[in-house]
Amino acid sequence: MNRDEAYNFAYLDENTKRMIRRALLKAVAIPGHQVPFGAREMPLPYGWGTGGIQVTAAVLGPKDVLKVIDQGADDTTNAVSIRRFFNRVAGVETTTHTADATIIQTRHRIPEARLTEAQIIVYQVPMPEPLFRLEPRLAETKRMHALADYGLMHVKLYEDIARHGHIATSYSYPVMVDGRYLMSPSPIPAFDNPKMDRMPALQLFGAGREKRIYAVPPYTDVRSLDFEDHPFRPHRANACCELCGSRTSYLDEVVTDDRGGRMFVCSDTDYCETRQEDQRAENAKGAAA
Amino acid sequence: MRPGFTDPVQDGQSCFRAVLEALSRPGRIQTVASGLTPPAALAPATAAVLLTLVDAETPLHHDAGEEADAWLRFHCGCPMAAAGDAAFVLSMGQPPAFASLCHGTDEEPERGATLIIQVKALEEGRGWRLRGPGIEHEHRLHVEGLPEGFLADRASRRGLFPRGVDVVLCAEDRLAALPRTTLAEEG
Repeated sequence: MNRDEAYNFAYLDENTKRMIRRALLKAVAIPGHQVPFGAREMPLPYGWGTGGIQVTAAVLGPKDVLKVIDQGADDTTNAVSIRRFFNRVAGVETTTHTADATIIQTRHRIPEARLTEAQIIVYQVPMPEPLFRLEPRLAETKRMHALADYGLMHVKLYEDIARHGHIATSYSYPVMVDGRYLMSPSPIPAFDNPKMDRMPALQLFGAGREKRIYAVPPYTDVRSLDFEDHPFRPHRANACCELCGSRTSYLDEVVTDDRGGRMFVCSDTDYCETRQEDQRAENAKGAAA
Repeated sequence: MRPGFTDPVQDGQSCFRAVLEALSRPGRIQTVASGLTPPAALAPATAAVLLTLVDAETPLHHDAGEEADAWLRFHCGCPMAAAGDAAFVLSMGQPPAFASLCHGTDEEPERGATLIIQVKALEEGRGWRLRGPGIEHEHRLHVEGLPEGFLADRASRRGLFPRGVDVVLCAEDRLAALPRTTLAEEG
C-alpha cells in the first residue's frame, strides 16, 4: 500500500486522464461505438493490456479495490504485474476475490460470479474492430458502422455454416449492442457472451495499440449474431472441473504428461478456489457432526 | 479570483466517477462533494464538472456571466466558442435549441456536444419516465428549472442517432445525466 510519490496518482498525467475520461463518457453515451483516443506509451508492451491499463488509470480512485485477471486466472504474470503496478502508482488495495472488487480489469474472460451494480469491468482489447478480417480499410469499416451495414459479418457466419455445418467462431464472437452497433467483445470465449447481456455492471473496453475506447452501459441488450435456424450456442468442454467439480463454469484443458494425460479445470481461479473452500468447510462440518 | 479544486487529482477523479455513474445510469442522482466555492453564478456541481472535463482541447460556450467567464478561462484554460462549435455548452437554465448544437457526424458521433444545464433542483422517484441503456426497468427524474418544451425539443433529435447531444443536469452539489440514448417522457 506504499504509493510511489514520484509518479502522479495512477501513473498518467491529468491532461491525459481528462482526454481518456471524455472519450469514456462519449463511449458510454453511444453504446458499442468505438471512440478514438490518444493512447499513451505505457511501461509495458502493446498486447499486454496497454488499453485496459489506461482506462483503469483514468477511472481508478484511492477507495477502489482492484482485481486483475488474465484468462480467468489471478496468478499469471500479466495479472500479477498489473496489480503490482497499480498498487505502486496509485496505492490502491488489490484483491483476487471477484465479490470484493470495485474495478475488475480482465484479459479474455468474464468472471463466473455475477457482477453487481457497484462494479466496473475493464476489458483489454487487442483488436477493437469486429470487421477487420473482412474489410482491412479502416475508413471503410467506419462507414459501415455509420450505416449499420453489417451484411458482411452475416455472410461470414453463413460461410462458417456452409463449410463446417455450424458457426465455428469460438472466441471474439461478434455481438450487436442495443440493436445498433456491431462490437467485438474482445477475445473472450463465446461462452462468456451471454454474461454481457443486460449486465448490471458497467463494461469499458480499451485498445491501446489501436487507440480505441468503447463501452456497454449497464442493463444494455448485447445479442450474439446468429440465424433463426442456427441459433447462437455457447461452447463448453463436456466435462467437469477436476478440482471443484463444477459442471457450469468455463474449463481450461491442461496437459499433464507426454502420454496423452489431460485434465479439465476451471479457467476462473477465484471461482474454483471459493468452491473448494466451501466444500472443505462443508466436509469439516459433516465430520464434526 | 476564487480557487479551483483543493486537490485537482483526487477531486477530479471523484467528480469524474460521479459523471460516469450518472451517464451509465441515466436519471440516478449523484452527489459531488468537491468543497468548491465557485463564482456566484455557478453551483458547486456545475463548477466541478467543468473543472473535471474541460481544458485547452475543448471549446466551451456558456451564458454564466463575466465572473464565471474569467474563472473558467483561468482554471480550465479553455477556448470560448459559439454554441455550434463548442464541445461543451454550459447553460444557466435556458439552453439553446438542440438544433443549434454540434451533433457530430454519422461516422464520428462522439463529436456531438455535451450540454451542461444548471437547474434549480433534481429529485428521483417522480417526474420524467426514463428508459434505455443503463436503466433496468424505468427511472424517474424530476427536474425543476427547465424551459417548457425541453423534452420535446430533445425528442425531435432522436431520429439522428447515433448523432446527438448528451445532457448533464446540475443542481447545487448534485447531478444527473441524459445521454442521447435515453428515452424520456413527461411523467
